[in-house]
Amino acid sequence: MNYRQLLSQRIQQVPPSGIRKFFDIVSDMKDAISLGVGEPDFVTPWNIREACIYSLEKGHTHYTSNWGLLELREEIALYLEHRFSTSYHPASEIVVTVGASEAIDLALRCLLEPGDEVLVPEPSYVSYMPNVVFAGGEAVGITTKAEEQFRLKPEAVLAKITPKTKALILPYPNNPTGAIMERADLEAIAEVLRGTDILVVSDEIYAELSYHGKHVSFASLPGMRERTIVINGFSKAFAMTGWRLGYAAGPEEIIQTMVKIHQYTMLCAPIMSQMAGLEALKSGFTDGYSQVEKMAKQYNQRRRIIVDAFNGLGLECFEPLGAFYCFPSIQRTGMTSDEFCEALLAEQKVAVVPGTAFGPSGEGFVRCSYASSIEKIQEAIKRIKIFMEYHLNA
Amino acid sequence: MVEEILDILVENAKVTADEIAVMLNQDVVEVRTQIRKLEQDRVIVRYHTLVNWEKTNREYVTALIEVKVIPQRDQGFDAIAERIYRFAEVSSVYLMSGAYDLSVMVEGRTMKEVALFVAQKLSPLDSVLSTATHFVLKKYKADGVIMEDIEKDDRLVVTP
Repeated sequence: MNYRQLLSQRIQQVPPSGIRKFFDIVSDMKDAISLGVGEPDFVTPWNIREACIYSLEKGHTHYTSNWGLLELREEIALYLEHRFSTSYHPASEIVVTVGASEAIDLALRCLLEPGDEVLVPEPSYVSYMPNVVFAGGEAVGITTKAEEQFRLKPEAVLAKITPKTKALILPYPNNPTGAIMERADLEAIAEVLRGTDILVVSDEIYAELSYHGKHVSFASLPGMRERTIVINGFSKAFAMTGWRLGYAAGPEEIIQTMVKIHQYTMLCAPIMSQMAGLEALKSGFTDGYSQVEKMAKQYNQRRRIIVDAFNGLGLECFEPLGAFYCFPSIQRTGMTSDEFCEALLAEQKVAVVPGTAFGPSGEGFVRCSYASSIEKIQEAIKRIKIFMEYHLNA
Repeated sequence: MVEEILDILVENAKVTADEIAVMLNQDVVEVRTQIRKLEQDRVIVRYHTLVNWEKTNREYVTALIEVKVIPQRDQGFDAIAERIYRFAEVSSVYLMSGAYDLSVMVEGRTMKEVALFVAQKLSPLDSVLSTATHFVLKKYKADGVIMEDIEKDDRLVVTP
């Protein structure tokens, strides 16, 4: 059978993730240090895991409402209101999904008609572009630059808007750059969108990991709520990546349409994850989200260590103010991102991710995650130093 | 800043002042001054190493001893507590509320050694009314640290 011809052309045209290649190399390597991991090194706090065990003991093993447990949606509404000053009705404006990833997919599928364009800032998370294509749309990249702290600029958005523009993805705090958008930056984007029908998919999964004042939700800006789908989840804030638990909040009609896809494809998020999520939010509400803040504090300390070290090595690194990545420039080595990553891995056994995995504008940069212990970060830095000395003197 | 410095050092006393300065985005001279002051004021009493003796060849037992005492006029429990904590065998002494008065941790090489300490040194003290000795059979968690490192980093090496 000629599968190439049989399989969907649209899916086939999407290249495989650039991250995968490195994964296969590192997996076979002993004593490699990986700064390539895009998830917390913390294990889910015990009270959350314990709540899940208890719910299993009680026999909570059934389907939930397509929307997710109402009690969980109520807690999510409370959480969003407390942390980000946005208000959503738990019964009709929030859907619980299998990870924030599903929420992104649902959002794009319920918005896009064939040929619709979606603006995607670049570099950014690997899934947006493919998801847009899977949903029948066309992804239009907007390059963000190191000298502008990788923030999205209104003139750059304006330059890419066409009559076909349906939506803008707003992924801040950003993976892979660590960039954030402060209120003024968001206001400027809002100004561009006012008077248009362009919708915004605001992926705020790293919202709790903001190191420069509190994260500002795009939906909290005047007039933006009606056009914004807020995507969030438990993975990063509560160290719950493997639970696959996320949610979307937005205007009722949009969420209802998303639920239509969700109910026919996923039915509901796993109940055990929902039970755990419930505990995460309830205990957080009671103790002022102390666990979230404790983790964020530690990331912040590691962030300063790693950024300071990269700048010390002459790998210029703009100060990332969110998420748990830094995005140093490797241009002075004269290598491409791919060459740098492959050589660093082969010679010093340190894995970092080439910036190009996150779009062509990531060329000349690498992504380093600091979701690792300080000891590991320091060891990685030591090895990168040896690597740099060798290559700059060669 | 002081509290943050302490949080870092409690977790790992080997972190240097230079590293702390970077981690907290503070001036290194200021951090050094603060640490010195904390040491002088005995806020930082000692830099401690937590050892899992079970992984060594050393014989080692710990006992928790509940001690009932008669408090003394003008001195309360302090005088008797002091007489007890001055013994080198005693690793910690706490004044407790509830069924007994002093909680005394004693360390020794063998159970017999600890038992003899209780019989010959602790019980005969004038103000001591009674003792109850409980030997520690296994330490699961001490000073906030789980002794067996059960949680390994099993994340995939590269993820998006």
